[in-house]
Amino acid sequence: MAELASGILHIPKARRLPSRRAALVLAVASVALLVGVVVAGRVLEPAAMATDFTQKNLPPSLAHPFGTDWMGRDMLARTLAGLSLSVLVGLGAAGASSLIALVLGSAAALGGRRADAAVSWLIDLMMGIPHIVLLILISFALGKGFWGVTVGVALTHWPSLTRVVRAEILQCRQSGFVAAARKLGATPVQVALRHMVPFVLPQFLVGLILMFPHAILHEAALTFLGFGLPPEQPAIGIILSESMTYLSAGLWWLAVFPGLALIAAVMLFDAVGSSVRRLVDPTSAQE
Amino acid sequence: MLMVAVSMVVFSLVSLSPVDPVAANVGQAALSGMSDEKLATLQAYWGKDVPLVERYASWVSGLLRGDMGDSLRFNAPVAQVVAQRAANSLVLMGIAWLASGVLGLALGIAAGVRRGGAADRLVKASCFVLAASPTFWVALLMLIVFGVVLGWFPIGFSAPIGKAAADVTWLDAFHHLALPAITLSVVGVANVALHTREKTIDVMGSPYVRFARARGESTGSVVIHHGLRNLVLPALTIQCSQIAEIFGGSVLVEQVFSYPGLGQAAVSAGIGGDTALLAGIALVSAALVFGGNLVANILYGVVDPRMRKEYSRG
Repeated sequence: MAELASGILHIPKARRLPSRRAALVLAVASVALLVGVVVAGRVLEPAAMATDFTQKNLPPSLAHPFGTDWMGRDMLARTLAGLSLSVLVGLGAAGASSLIALVLGSAAALGGRRADAAVSWLIDLMMGIPHIVLLILISFALGKGFWGVTVGVALTHWPSLTRVVRAEILQCRQSGFVAAARKLGATPVQVALRHMVPFVLPQFLVGLILMFPHAILHEAALTFLGFGLPPEQPAIGIILSESMTYLSAGLWWLAVFPGLALIAAVMLFDAVGSSVRRLVDPTSAQE
Repeated sequence: MLMVAVSMVVFSLVSLSPVDPVAANVGQAALSGMSDEKLATLQAYWGKDVPLVERYASWVSGLLRGDMGDSLRFNAPVAQVVAQRAANSLVLMGIAWLASGVLGLALGIAAGVRRGGAADRLVKASCFVLAASPTFWVALLMLIVFGVVLGWFPIGFSAPIGKAAADVTWLDAFHHLALPAITLSVVGVANVALHTREKTIDVMGSPYVRFARARGESTGSVVIHHGLRNLVLPALTIQCSQIAEIFGGSVLVEQVFSYPGLGQAAVSAGIGGDTALLAGIALVSAALVFGGNLVANILYGVVDPRMRKEYSRG
């Protein structure tokens, strides 16, 4: 996702100049839309479970924009409910993961050479096993289900953010203003609160937001494979894996619309992340 | 060293699992109807009461002798299952790796050469969408469009159903491989294309390109003679670091297409509580990633003469 953000950051100057307000509007609008989806999904959850066998296997129409499935459930309601579930799980997992990243990143930067080596070795270890395989392993170890996915996603997404936090803290520690503060008699705690936190926090937040799309996609993938949320719940991964059974019967709308909705959610998170980055990044914030 | 740690992590994760191999494999009805003695025999067969450290020791000593244990699911040695599956998977991943690399490089150059042009905008937009779309959904779409609606490709497995293994021709195998491979390649393109695009923009703005232009070289000639070498290296770096991603993608793609590869075996092992197979596959995948990084380091030397010099200097 960092590549995406850098892609956006490298669009021509002429178009970037008046973009500060645009970025703000984009971020706020995306957040509002996502909150709307989550709320709608929570509200519609009973509707997503309601079956109506007189209305089954209907292609998309005005009454059912996304069609209905083989049990007559409205796919729009199911998609929204699934999306809100996926977003919530993704948010929780990414939040936990970012905490790990914060702790390990600061430990690596401040804890001396040993801690640094240990953390970077851990990162190598995590990167050495393909993400999905590691997710399957962790989920398997925890007996699948809700905790399996959440903990799995939380335990696998911290390495890149840890690197960011470590690099930021190191850079901050060597900067002139921290040295000046030390000379002026500031205690380490004061330095940490006054200088380190404001310096590191923006990058950390951006990293956190850009972690959401990854977390959501991995949650969906894991659930799709059967290691994630239990099949009674209308999660996006479940919806898509159920739709596989009905593909050859030509029920294409079961797969297409939920997938599009998932992509939309992921891209919205991306938009929020890169807009916030543009707003807090010192090299572009003054434009 | 790292591999040892990986093996430990893998083994402890696998052993932690509360998924009971007996319950998962025998089935609920058979389990409830089974006598206690029978249950005890089965549990002993699957080594339920042996402590963790001891099991790890015996597993590792087996590993060193090339014995990865027996798969419960396939009722065959893990090494055999893995080898058989890996052949399928490696072909799939190899094709996808190469195709997405070459395609990504080409698209990235096409986009970067004329920055802001129609091709650039098209490539960039589709790459953003591709990077955001879940692999398994792309696979599903491919299946719907080419498998179900158009009927060009079979919708699953690696060989025609009901044909003896000996009668399966290369053409059959390729026909079944095509759709998963295309899916995996398409999904992998975004990253390389976006990076190559950035690099191409850098290269096109460099003094040596300006000089080449001043000599009257055409755009195509500039790209081939001056750009390509500089662009292949970063693309190669990314492609090699993407091996883990491609492996992950292949797990999902194989699951959608019921393609009998490593990924699909990993999924059924995980769901069926087949610890030995799951651990074996995880190890193989980790080895694959390490191998990829190693190959990348060797290839740098081939592509980039500067690195060769550094190495020989020591």
